[in-house]
Amino acid sequence: MVGLPPFHVMSGESPFAGVVEAVKQRFGDSVKEVKVDAKKITKLVVDASAVVDVARYLRDNFGIDHVKAVTGVDLIKLAKKEDRIEVVYQVGSYSREELRGGVLNLSVKLDRSSPEMPSLCGIWPSAEYHERETYEMLGVVFKEHPNLTRLLLPEFWSDKPPLRKDYEAPGR
Amino acid sequence: MVVQEERPKRIEVYDTGEAPLVMSYGPQHPGTGHFRMIVTVSGDTILDVQPDPGFVHRGEEKMCEYKTWITNIPHLERPVILDSAGIQYPYVLACEKLMGVEPPERAKYLRVIMAELNRIGSHLYWFALYGVFLGLTTMFLWCFGDREYIVDLVSLIGGQRITHAYFVPGGVRNDAPKNIPMELVREFRRYYRMTTGKELPENQQTTDFKKYTLAVMEFFDRRLNDYWGLFFDNELFIQRTRNVGVLSELDAIRLGAVGTTLRASGVRSDTRIDDPYDAYPNLKFEIPTGTRGDCYDRALVGFREMRESIKIIQQAVETMPDGPVKNKQHPINIRVPAGEAVARAEAARGEMLYYIRSEGGDRPYRVKISPPSFRLLPTLAHLLKGAKIADIPPVYWSLNYWPVEADR
Repeated sequence: MVGLPPFHVMSGESPFAGVVEAVKQRFGDSVKEVKVDAKKITKLVVDASAVVDVARYLRDNFGIDHVKAVTGVDLIKLAKKEDRIEVVYQVGSYSREELRGGVLNLSVKLDRSSPEMPSLCGIWPSAEYHERETYEMLGVVFKEHPNLTRLLLPEFWSDKPPLRKDYEAPGR
Repeated sequence: MVVQEERPKRIEVYDTGEAPLVMSYGPQHPGTGHFRMIVTVSGDTILDVQPDPGFVHRGEEKMCEYKTWITNIPHLERPVILDSAGIQYPYVLACEKLMGVEPPERAKYLRVIMAELNRIGSHLYWFALYGVFLGLTTMFLWCFGDREYIVDLVSLIGGQRITHAYFVPGGVRNDAPKNIPMELVREFRRYYRMTTGKELPENQQTTDFKKYTLAVMEFFDRRLNDYWGLFFDNELFIQRTRNVGVLSELDAIRLGAVGTTLRASGVRSDTRIDDPYDAYPNLKFEIPTGTRGDCYDRALVGFREMRESIKIIQQAVETMPDGPVKNKQHPINIRVPAGEAVARAEAARGEMLYYIRSEGGDRPYRVKISPPSFRLLPTLAHLLKGAKIADIPPVYWSLNYWPVEADR
């Protein structure tokens, strides 16, 4: 695409290794954790306050143009228990061929009692329905989302968000 | 600037002096399946569309947390029984990534054959329904007639016509048979005579599995020529689909479209070449793309994909090595080491993505399924804004949206 510097990807390496490195340099302390594994996962954990800037930086500088999925994970029952909810954006690029071979996981960890984060719909419109799903399934509130309403669950649902670990499916 | 900002669509409406009408399209409507759109119309122009999925939500992701690694496979394929290989493929790939195992060579080829057979079967089903809702009932009958022989092949390999649960971490469940029952050959001979008016050649009347598969593929490849004449060169079909629901390349990228919809708009992206898995790097095939991104192009890309799938199956059947089809360890007892992994595969409708997190136990900690149909929702809403009510069926069916898959 126009205006983007050429980008070299080594074979056998995660296509996003260079991207992760650039984000680390640019955002410094806001990047909490980095995991680069070409086989399993390439993950970037950032602060909720910086996530919009990181997303915009990724979109404008690396051509990361769409969201593949938004995954909410309740971390309360991990062996290394954390009282938090993790929201992972699986993002990728169609417009840059060298990045098509991978998926970048942009992750935010939120406080479990009141999970709130800014919506990334303004940057990636493809996140809209994924965020609505995460909202109803894990109770994460996305601020400034254009239409944060129930999507898949029935209208009469009044229990806890079902994908939280303390929700027990009836009959189990 | 890579991604274009959204430009509001200009919708021209004939002023009737009446307030816009809000109506529900589905979920009882035969044209949408178990899916509702809340449509705001003025006259017959659509002003706004709110897709409302969820009528067939089954809580697959929660169910994954209760079941063991291996018992997850049969229920995971329920959302999309036409393409059950497509939906279990990335689950199995993700498990293998975490376990650090590699399936044997023969299993890789068998998986590819199964995935491509399912792709053809699923596309035929799509065209059948696409045709019905445009008034081409012949399309339904032809596609279902031919699909029978594709599904027969699936059942010969996997033991079931649709939900076969054939893939397991570390290989496939069983090997393909060497010989097939004579009744199937007789049935195929009868159908061959009926559709082509000729006798099935002597050397193709065989109970050898490999030769039978190649015979069916050759027949089906020739049969696609008939499809071209009857559907794609048909004025009725062209009139209803050409320049209807046009999706530009930039919009397809911006809205995160997948599969045939994305490629019909000109983006040459397919997981089978972008991020090759299993035997795909060893096989030669092309990725068809469209130029206009309208309803016709989307169907055309699907049509040409079937040709490529035939090529893949022919190559795979011919070059498949001998050997074991699964790793030694007993599949009932698998335990996946702790960690997280993302895997994806090209299902019939587009890229299927799984995120799996394991804690090392006998069941997953979290399984996230991101099906292609769900990712088409923004595209659907975008395409229908400003269209006419009569355009809803062609636009909806051209996307190959499958409600059960989207709802999980």
